[in-house]
Amino acid sequence: MKERYSRQILFSPIGENGQRKLSEKHVLLIGAGALGTSNAEMLARAGVGKITVVDRDYVEWSNLQRQQLFTERDAVERIPKAVAAADQLREINSEINISGKIMDVSIHEIEELVEGVDIMIDATDNFETRLLLNDASQKYQVPWVYGACTGSYGLSYTVVPGQTPCFSCLLGSVPMGGETCDTVGIISPAVQIVAAYQTTEALKLLVEDYKSLRRNLFYFDIWKNQQSTIKVEKLKKDDCPSCGQACTYPHLDPVNLSRTAVLCGRDTVQIRPANKGKRNLDELFDRLQAIEGGKVEGNSFLVNLTIEGRRLVAFQDGRVLIHDTKDISEAKTLYNRYIGG
Amino acid sequence: MKLFINGEEMIVPDDVTNVEELLDYFKLNNKAGIVERNQVIVDRSLHAEEAVTNEDRIEIVHFVGGG
Ligand SMILES: [Zn+2]
Repeated sequence: MKERYSRQILFSPIGENGQRKLSEKHVLLIGAGALGTSNAEMLARAGVGKITVVDRDYVEWSNLQRQQLFTERDAVERIPKAVAAADQLREINSEINISGKIMDVSIHEIEELVEGVDIMIDATDNFETRLLLNDASQKYQVPWVYGACTGSYGLSYTVVPGQTPCFSCLLGSVPMGGETCDTVGIISPAVQIVAAYQTTEALKLLVEDYKSLRRNLFYFDIWKNQQSTIKVEKLKKDDCPSCGQACTYPHLDPVNLSRTAVLCGRDTVQIRPANKGKRNLDELFDRLQAIEGGKVEGNSFLVNLTIEGRRLVAFQDGRVLIHDTKDISEAKTLYNRYIGG
Repeated sequence: MKLFINGEEMIVPDDVTNVEELLDYFKLNNKAGIVERNQVIVDRSLHAEEAVTNEDRIEIVHFVGGG
């Protein structure tokens, strides 16, 4: 153990004491895409005692350019990212506790996941989940580290409940528009910079070196050679619905829950059924095989149906991804026609 | 007019007179973001009233969703 972490223990802000603290902490990583896999690998190598990685998706070829824990085989076999990432992390460090969960994080899920967690790291690809994370962070007093990137641009910010403005304070009430979908691509080094800032802030929080936290909003464009920070403490709003005096945590209220989502830059719609329950994939597989003109494939985590020029992927947790469309009503039609429920 | 935007010296047309017009010029106006002028954050509701003048130091940061 000493040998393994020796270089990190030599680094005086961590030291023996910090290393022991790391081994006692639990980090929740929401998302196992580019940011998620990079953060997860650094934290696993650093010896964080428990890491939970949650993701709703499976590995595809277009992920391999930047999502560092995945291999070609994961893409061929369409392995869920949470499973592939957890397996790889266990190969990297067998001395720590790693949990991979195939799950779309919504209200019910975040309230369960956050229990006993020391910090959360945002590695999601959408604002809806980030606002959910932000409210859970305030309600349960768990810090979280925001990170996001598109193209060669990225930014990061650490939310400490009771100390810093929250994410809602920073965003204000500006509508998100098309900002959730990255149509401009992404280069891997931009991901690595954001992840480096996130993991560093995470390490400071985990070894309880709070005075070293960054406390401002960091952003860069590595292609345009720009980087800067903004001091944001003045943006803290006393009437913020998430962190203010009379906060109501609006994003943890089921009234505001959406059942469909267009996934980031992917030409994909996700549908979550209203009645939550495990889907019987064997039954679905048999039923879909009887459909004329369709091609059905599957593994132990999902069933894949190619039909009408579209691809439908059903998960055990009830969710269905409809690929090759951004049209929510078309997606719903296909869902009702072939999957149902 | 010469501005320092995100640390970089840039020339913008003289018909850009306030923060709102500056964001329009960079096509950033419909994006969620924060603007700082000479180290002071400009309230979102005051973008049209906040003048920009020669040699101002402007930071523009917009939030993105990717990850
Ligand atoms: Zn707030």
